[in-house]
Amino acid sequence: MSEVVTIKSITDEAYDTKTFRFDWDAEVKPGQFIMIWIPGVDEIPMSVSGISDTEKSVTVKAIGDATKKIHELKVGDKLSIRGPFGNGFDLSSRNILIIGGGVGTAAIMPAVVQTGADTIIAARSDRDVIMDSIAGSKASNVWIATDDGSRGFHGNAVQLMKEKLALKKYDCIIACGPEVMLYFTFKACQELGQKCQLSLERYMKCGAGVCGCCVMDDQRVCRDGPVFTNDQIEKLTEFGVSKRDECGRIVKFR
Amino acid sequence: MASLKTEIGSIVLDKPGMIASGIMDETGKSLVRVLESGAGAAVTKSIGLEPKPGHDSPCFMEVSGGYVNAMGLPNPGIDLFREEMEIAVPKGKIIGSIYGAGPGDFSELAAKMEDYGACAVELNLSCPHAKGYGMEVGTDPEMVKSIVSAVKSSVSIPVWAKLTPNTHILTRIGQAVQDAGGDAIVAINTLKAMVISPEFARPIMSNKFCGLSGEAVKPVGVRAIYDLRSAVDIPLIGVGGISTWRDAAEYIMAGACAFQVGSAVGTKGMGVFSQINDGLSAFMDEYGYANIKDMVGAAHE
Repeated sequence: MSEVVTIKSITDEAYDTKTFRFDWDAEVKPGQFIMIWIPGVDEIPMSVSGISDTEKSVTVKAIGDATKKIHELKVGDKLSIRGPFGNGFDLSSRNILIIGGGVGTAAIMPAVVQTGADTIIAARSDRDVIMDSIAGSKASNVWIATDDGSRGFHGNAVQLMKEKLALKKYDCIIACGPEVMLYFTFKACQELGQKCQLSLERYMKCGAGVCGCCVMDDQRVCRDGPVFTNDQIEKLTEFGVSKRDECGRIVKFR
Repeated sequence: MASLKTEIGSIVLDKPGMIASGIMDETGKSLVRVLESGAGAAVTKSIGLEPKPGHDSPCFMEVSGGYVNAMGLPNPGIDLFREEMEIAVPKGKIIGSIYGAGPGDFSELAAKMEDYGACAVELNLSCPHAKGYGMEVGTDPEMVKSIVSAVKSSVSIPVWAKLTPNTHILTRIGQAVQDAGGDAIVAINTLKAMVISPEFARPIMSNKFCGLSGEAVKPVGVRAIYDLRSAVDIPLIGVGGISTWRDAAEYIMAGACAFQVGSAVGTKGMGVFSQINDGLSAFMDEYGYANIKDMVGAAHE
């Protein structure tokens, strides 16, 4: 069922990224997503980046037609949404290391807020780092990594994760970011025998597990995921290798 | 214990439920998962001659009693679909759903589906939201007759026609399928529909029109099968809003020898096939039906 909510506040997270808050009392788990309709443009999946009983938020990077249109919205404007969808993260482990890469940081932030776990936020450069202040107020430790070294650790999320894993043992890694980052996160976890849960992404249409267009092998990212464990990912031959376009054709990453 | 085995003409299914076209059936591995979840066969996404992206989003939403969708026949095209069939066909019975603008398209597509190993083809004569296809060709008995005839002469596998409820001449179209040598009729496809957002004062689907599926359409589908049973002798396959064994039993008693499940994969999950199989089997034992055949059309007596 679609619902209409009203934008209550808007925060700039970076030069190209904003957080939109709205009253919505639906029960949402960290790692779940909603579908947002932008009339006349598109309907797109968006991770829920902030969760309280009565209020939710999405954090949107302006990269396409739909996200640019969302950036034009003002406080008081309406949003038509469906959801929440997907399984969300399993946060029952005691010692978790949470990793967000780029705008994927939005998807892991509710898990950071709920657990207060150690957190890595990775971005291309200092100006792309988002949500570090909310993470800083909730997480035991927040470490920043930038590809260009303009802030924090000089390197990518996976390199910093390996350094941290050498110093401390974690029961589980939780991560969301670009697929190339997640692919190497998974490879590193595999080598180290480290458990992980990764939030994956594919082109989606229905969001409800019906149309089957977001499948990775036989798994529906929208319904069976978007969060998959290392045991599940091991069986996904398409992870990091290929995706399907809107026609269902295979598109290789490399 | 009652047998769930059923016959649709020459095709024998161990279990009477299939996945309906359009649901979890665009890729080989999805089709395999469906077969492994307790379906007796799987119908593919409707495939056309060329790759098609389908309609822009929004193309789907939840409504009271079901879903609406205006997917717009997205598919990779028949040539690329070979790879998906290569994965699925060795694992079970696959029915190739195809759509086209006329007899020529359908014949070419059906021949390829036969080459790929489909055990039957299902002609999409009923999609309510794709211009020039589906119900636009499937509501004219003469056109239906020429399409079914053409496909019959180009393949040796059974030819099923999936019909739309969006017509007042359903039985005439059913007779056209039978007259042209069609082997079975599948009914129903979605009901042509629309959803409007009061806040944004416009239809929500990018295509404006869409098709309603799910529980709300079940009585329409049951009636369609009941009507067709009185009008034709070829086997019928019931589809529309089936999510429990009771729903399946209604369709069978209206005259269907098998059924398809679509939206319930969303509402009930992939376990829906085994739930229906278990429930149907228990019902048949309790009420003394030894096999599906004994139940087919029982409501007509």
